[in-house]
Formats: sequence, C-alpha cells, structure tokens
Amino acid sequence: MTEPAWDIYAEAPRGEAQMRDYFALLKPRVMSLVVFTAAVGMLIAPVGVHPVIAFASILCIAAGAGASGALNMWWDADIDALMRRTASRPVPAGRVAPDEALGLGVGLALISVMSLFLFANPLAAGILAFTIFYYAVIYTVWLKRLTPQNIVIGGAAGAFPPLIGWAVATGGLSIEPVLLFAIIFMWTPPHFWALALFADTDYRRAGVPMMPAVAGAARTRVLILGYALVLAPIAILPAFTAIGGPLYLAAALVLNLRFVLGAWRLARRDEAAARADGFAVEKSFFGLSIVYLFAHFLALLAEAGLGAAGLRLADWPQLL
Amino acid sequence: MLSPEHDLHRRRRGRNASLALVLGGFVLLVFAVTIVKLSNGGQIRGFDHTPETLVVGQ
Repeated sequence: MTEPAWDIYAEAPRGEAQMRDYFALLKPRVMSLVVFTAAVGMLIAPVGVHPVIAFASILCIAAGAGASGALNMWWDADIDALMRRTASRPVPAGRVAPDEALGLGVGLALISVMSLFLFANPLAAGILAFTIFYYAVIYTVWLKRLTPQNIVIGGAAGAFPPLIGWAVATGGLSIEPVLLFAIIFMWTPPHFWALALFADTDYRRAGVPMMPAVAGAARTRVLILGYALVLAPIAILPAFTAIGGPLYLAAALVLNLRFVLGAWRLARRDEAAARADGFAVEKSFFGLSIVYLFAHFLALLAEAGLGAAGLRLADWPQLL
Repeated sequence: MLSPEHDLHRRRRGRNASLALVLGGFVLLVFAVTIVKLSNGGQIRGFDHTPETLVVGQ
C-alpha cells in the first residue's frame, strides 16, 4: 500500500481541529467580559432569579457572545491573517475551515437565543438575538471596514449584555441598565483607540480604517480625552439611582479621575515621544481602561451585596 | 490504509468525547431548568376552556 499524496503525518488536515480551536473561535476573553457585565446586570436587579435559571441564562448569553465571535472570525479571516495580533486565530492559521466557523456561529446563535427564550423570557432572548446580529452584521460586515466610526457605533454590541442580564431578572428594562449600557458604549471608543494607537501598523496593513490611520494619532488622542470627559458624568450617575450608593460614588470618582488624567497624559504626548518609549503610556491606559470597567461593575455588585445585607443608607439621594 | 491507532483517530476521539460532554451538559441543564420551572409552576397549566372557581376549605 502506497502512502497517500497528502502528508497526514505532517500536520492536521483542515477540518481536524481540536476542541480548543473551536473554543478559541468563541473569543473567550471577550466572552468573559460579556458574562461578567451580564451577570452583574442580573445580580443587581431588584428581582431575584433562581440560581439554576440564572446559571442557564448566563450560559446562553456566553454562547451568544461566542456565536458573535465565531461569525466575526469567519468574516474577518482575510484581514486577521494580515495582522500579527490575530494571525494565529484558528481560521487564518488553517486549523478550522471557514465554513466550520460559520456553522458553529449560526448554530450557537440559534441555540442560545431559543434556549434563553425558554429559560428566561422573550425580552432577554430578543436583546440577545439583536446583539448577535448587531456585532456580526452591523459591526463586522458593514461598519468595520467602512468607517473610522466603526467601534463608536459597533461598541453598542458590547454594551447590551447588562441589559440582557437585567431583562432576565425583571422581564423589563429601566433607567439603571440603560445607564450601564451608556457606560460601556462611551467606554468602548477610548478603550479601542488606545489599542489602535500602538497596533496602528497592524490595522493599516489590513486596511481597517481605525481612527489613527484615518484622522491621525494626534486627533485620536484628543478624541480619547473627549470621550473620557463625557464618560465621567455618565459613569458617576448610577450612584444616584436605585443601584448606587456612597461606595459606588467613591469608586466612580476615583476611577474617573484616573481615567481622565490618563487620557490627558495621552493627549499631551506626540508620536515621537510614544515611539521612544514603545507606547508605554498608551499600553498603560489600555490596561487602565479594562480595570476601569471591571471596577465600576464590581462596585455596583458590592452595593447590591450591602443592600442584601440590609446595610444600604436609607436616605441616600436618588435622582433617577 | 490508516491504522486504528493513527493520530487522526486519537484527535477525533478527543473531539468526540468533548462534544459528548457538551451535549450531555446541555441535556442536564435543560432537565434542571425544567425541574425548577415545574416547581414554581404557577402559570404552566394549559387553558382548557372550562370556567372554574377555586373553593377554599373543601
């Protein structure tokens, strides 16, 4: 018997991916942020959820986020292959065939939305379906390669999870989850533009019109400061709603002061200074932006914990 | 000809086992949710076109 023409001993043929490759298609790091913000939205809602329903709903939201990630990787495989940061993703690296990624994305999207409909309620399932559509079609297919406003508008996709979590618990929406949506929505541009400042070469090579490539790094730095200034009052506002309190107010004041100061430092630098120290300040601001978001949501969770323990101030002012 | 012990089979076995775990987990999840929903099942009775009155104490 002769050996086959293709060398099965050298590497895995296409379509022979391992489970970890399929898992990587789901963008687990993005998924963790989605799960965290959705879980906080659910836990701080005024209505309790049975732990089993909460767990099942979180799994559905995670699967929905994974579906968005797989569809994004399917569509963007050509530009992912051109960028150092994304070239090792399963599709451009040849470990997962494109149609497998598409199948996984569509399948997970259908299963996650239908399951959330059955486990929780139609509103939560509807927002999850819209979120997947928004990320996969409006952001990935339509906006990402078209306009430098791609992540400004596309940022809404990442802002929906707290709304879904709140809807799972209450079956409705109110001003509090809308404020959480607004925080993530306004946070997304400075977060990604900080990344785009030091990953500019990658984005230019792939032809993705990120703000630094289109408007220039100097203008992007000013925009980051502008967004940080607008974000600050929005992020402080939940302190004066039913989900806030003095602990959240203190955390939000400190975090937003640091965020605005970080953006101010960024805005005062020029490209020469940034290249001289290997974009140290930009990378530090990017890291700070992640801590910023997690800390706000953790503070809200702590407020909910104090409320459950009966330690919430009765006469704390509520403006909304 | 591929021998049964070939690496191809080992990789597929690992993938199939993982998929079995995921599907089994999903079945358990649906079962658990069903139990919870039935336990809190105030609204699960179907409409049967028969007007009824609840008589307390009989």
